[in-house]
Amino acid sequence: MEKNKKKDPRFKIAEKEAWIGIGLVLFNFIWWFGFAYGMGSEPVENYQFILGLPAWFFYSCVVGFVVMVILVIIVVKFFFKDVPFDEEKDGGTKTK
Amino acid sequence: MSWQVITPLIIFLVLIFIVGFWASKKMNKSNSFLQEYFLGGRELGGFILAMTMMATYGSASSFIGGPGVAYTQGLGWVLLAMSQVVTGYFVLMVLGKKFAITARRYQAVTLIDYLKERYKSKWVVLLSAFSIIVFLFSAMAAQWVGGARLIESLTGLSYSSALFIFAISVMVYVIIGGFRAVALTDALQGAIMFIGTLILLIAVIIAGGGIPNIINDLIAENPNLISPYGFDRGLTPLYVSSFWVLVGVGVVGLPQVTVRAMSYKNSKAMHRAIIIGTVVVGFIMLGMHLIGVFARPILPGIEVGDKVMPLIALEVLPPWLAGVVLAAPMAAIMSTVDSLLLLVSSAVVKDVYINYIKPNAEEKTIKKMSFGVTAILGILVFLMALSPPDLIIWLNLFSFGGLEAAFIWPVVLGLYWRKGNKFGAISSMVIGIGSYIIFHLYFPNLFGMHTVVLPVILSLISFIIVSIMTSNKIKEEADLQY
Repeated sequence: MEKNKKKDPRFKIAEKEAWIGIGLVLFNFIWWFGFAYGMGSEPVENYQFILGLPAWFFYSCVVGFVVMVILVIIVVKFFFKDVPFDEEKDGGTKTK
Repeated sequence: MSWQVITPLIIFLVLIFIVGFWASKKMNKSNSFLQEYFLGGRELGGFILAMTMMATYGSASSFIGGPGVAYTQGLGWVLLAMSQVVTGYFVLMVLGKKFAITARRYQAVTLIDYLKERYKSKWVVLLSAFSIIVFLFSAMAAQWVGGARLIESLTGLSYSSALFIFAISVMVYVIIGGFRAVALTDALQGAIMFIGTLILLIAVIIAGGGIPNIINDLIAENPNLISPYGFDRGLTPLYVSSFWVLVGVGVVGLPQVTVRAMSYKNSKAMHRAIIIGTVVVGFIMLGMHLIGVFARPILPGIEVGDKVMPLIALEVLPPWLAGVVLAAPMAAIMSTVDSLLLLVSSAVVKDVYINYIKPNAEEKTIKKMSFGVTAILGILVFLMALSPPDLIIWLNLFSFGGLEAAFIWPVVLGLYWRKGNKFGAISSMVIGIGSYIIFHLYFPNLFGMHTVVLPVILSLISFIIVSIMTSNKIKEEADLQY
């Protein structure tokens, strides 16, 4: 096996995408936590309601879920790259 | 129990059989048997991948236990359950392409194959094989008990005949069809879980007179039910947040989930699976737990949480439709059990037998061994589940968090951190499982967080410190991978 000191370019892409995943989780957590306990910590008598659900729950769990789905779609469509998984046979990267 | 309820369940079982047989016919002859049987030849497409990940992960607790707790706790438990949306995208994004590429390069068929090549250590292999076999075997037994109880309560059969039906249904397609059959039936089961959730959610909302009406009923009974703090204000933000480790990001360390991250065909499949997975997991978790909360004003006074979901389905739906909906928890249990059965079998055959007992076994022997071990394991679980020994029940308590604490860092840091070595991995696994058991027994929910949090942190610390301290002992660096 040849000693290849150069980083496999596919791994750079993979690492970037893993960081994006961590970023999404952090965003997801802040959104979820912020609305749930930001709005939900008031006394229940003061709650506002949206579509019948308490506002904290509506924003944190329902809207939060929809927002995450949209973000995931955007991230995957625009930031994730297609890479071949098998070892390249000709040594070069194939252009698509 | 009426035949109208049972008929859809029987149709469901027959469908599963057909899919299983069809998958076994499709076993690709050109691939090596092991790769085909335990990994489906790495040919999963996006939809099947998303469904099998969701279905493997979503078990009896998502459909029976979870809604039962939500019934008692109110919206605070739905909030907690929503931490699981993360699993839909996080596992595939973090393990991602690097894991897929490296696993192919190593020709890894199991998670342990990957660890073996990465750390080149017999002890890492034996330790992981041991924990997978012990913990997942117990988890499997517990799920079988759940499956049999469900059949028992729906059909009125005796527990042992219910268990027999359940065991036969799962074993036949797992043994003959391997991973491909498991994944395809998972996809069908996942679809049933999704549809069942949708139907029941709508029916419950209608039966309760609309969401505003249901919420008003809940406020009238106990205003805390619609707060994020639980019915007795016992759910602290810290405790609820700590579930992000147990059922959110920590899922990356579960071997039954991880192995799926090496089974997909190409990066397109992975991209699709991330999107589909997020939608499906989020919808099912939100829907099922909301059903539990909304069931409360409709059917007050249910004492046993596990009965909420079957009872509410029978209450608000016509019998035949209740049968369709109740196939969903059935599907959830089966799709978890089939994956565990195959995974434990692969740990025995591939990781122990081929690695250390008979490395040059012939293809024919391996084939016989794989079918045989899977069958024997199935029979063993069946016998265990007939009257579950205390040890199994005890071990099952640790299976989820214990495996997460054991595997999360050796897998994730092994992938991304060049300096991680076998000493770090071994210490991290021992400390992860050991501290999980100790905390669970003596200091449950220490500092108000779920027990899993501290062992995960401790195993991270030991992985890093031990790897750095022993770095001069490791000569060969796996430089091709970084």
